[in-house]
Amino acid sequence: MCTASVAAGQTVGATRQKELVRLVRQDCGSCHGMTLKGGLGPPLTAQALKEKSAEGLRATILGGRPGTPMPPWRGFMNEADVDWIVNELLKGFPVER
Amino acid sequence: MWDGLRQNSERKMKDPRLLLIGAALVLASCAQMELRGTGDLGVIIERAAGRVQIVDTTRETKLGTVEGLGDLSHASVVFSRDGRYAYVFGRDGGLTKVDLLRIRIDRRVMQSGNSIGGAISQDGRLIAAANYTPGGVRVFDAETLELLADIPATYGDGSQRAKVVGLEDTSGNRFAFSLFEAGEIWVADLSAPRAPQVRKFRDIGRQPYDALVTPDGRYYIAGLFGEDGVAMLDLWHPERGVKRVLAGYGRGEQPLPVYKMPHLEGWAMAGSLAFLPAVGRHEVLVVDTATWGEAGRIKVAGQPVFVMARPDGRQVWVNFAFPDNDKVQVIDTETRRIVKTLVPGKAVLHMEFTPRGEAVWISARDEGRVLVYDTATLEHRALLLADNPSGIFFTSRAFRMGL
Repeated sequence: MCTASVAAGQTVGATRQKELVRLVRQDCGSCHGMTLKGGLGPPLTAQALKEKSAEGLRATILGGRPGTPMPPWRGFMNEADVDWIVNELLKGFPVER
Repeated sequence: MWDGLRQNSERKMKDPRLLLIGAALVLASCAQMELRGTGDLGVIIERAAGRVQIVDTTRETKLGTVEGLGDLSHASVVFSRDGRYAYVFGRDGGLTKVDLLRIRIDRRVMQSGNSIGGAISQDGRLIAAANYTPGGVRVFDAETLELLADIPATYGDGSQRAKVVGLEDTSGNRFAFSLFEAGEIWVADLSAPRAPQVRKFRDIGRQPYDALVTPDGRYYIAGLFGEDGVAMLDLWHPERGVKRVLAGYGRGEQPLPVYKMPHLEGWAMAGSLAFLPAVGRHEVLVVDTATWGEAGRIKVAGQPVFVMARPDGRQVWVNFAFPDNDKVQVIDTETRRIVKTLVPGKAVLHMEFTPRGEAVWISARDEGRVLVYDTATLEHRALLLADNPSGIFFTSRAFRMGL
């Protein structure tokens, strides 16, 4: 899709990366745990996500999962942000400094 | 620098007068530590640091910190009935008994892999923890933290375990709790702590996410995430079963996505009216507790997370989910109008009233501070620094049911 190629061409700056780390750790963390080991929502550690596709994770983050408490985050992040988050989740998400 | 200081203190110690003053100071500080009450003490969770602050709500100051409590990204606290110990339930399943007077850990156990909170029994002898992984409730001796009972939250064909939410203490040394995936409410009678008697209520509604007990201990009420409405159990008459109240309060409106689950603990009662957060809506619901019907709604600045009444019931204070979590609104319960919108700062996570409600402490996580507001003037009057503060819990909770 063209959005994906546009996203691939964008980079996420250091300041935005820091904001995204905080968003994931703190706000996603209110359901998935600040350590991302899970809570009401499932764990998001690299180990827990190793069978998941990047495309599926992107869709879940942007669109949410109807029927579950997972809300859509579209509107709070752009395509490049999501790609960066998914990539980092699959590697093991950075810790806030 | 260090050598200089040491030499200086050594020199001081050689002076007998100073030694006497030193000894007197040590004695004085010991005496002060032992001879004080705990009724005006409390705990602030520093969620990222795995640490709690012990605070004094009279002097509006920090007394000290206790470290080593593990992952406190979601933490809750109950107090021993003598008000001396705080039991801190951590996200990672850690249960820590903190001595508020000695400002140190008394005991600590890792009781599960993932926990949401807990409760203390009516007689103060039992601590119950609600767990996500493995789903269930574990009951401990409040003094020793010895495991007394394990209640797995099995459902369906018995092979699955549900996450336990909304664990509350009720009269008769019973604990009531809800099973998120199963849509069930269980009441466990711990009169014989090692042999709990569990009564199960099925099909109570979809995805109960949290619950509360009314201040008189009579009703257990679970909020439902999967549908509009709440499930209510009359603990005086459990044989009457669970009733659905406020069913369809959204009436077909599409709820908004929820960026943080509301909390129901600390049910806001004012006279015969109760105030509670609407899920997925920018509204506080007003409920008439005589009929348990909807008595109105109040438009607010975002999706409410905590809706808490000042102890005298005249005001209700509301904080909000991301992205409106920099605000707090104060509702006058008589007129049901918002009388003030405060902006304590980024990521307001919790509010706690002093025992009689002349002040409220509010944590602003991203600002690294806790603000104390005067509830008469609605002005902020004190500030405490804290590292990513989240929950604030005062010892007055020790004497209230369902907290």
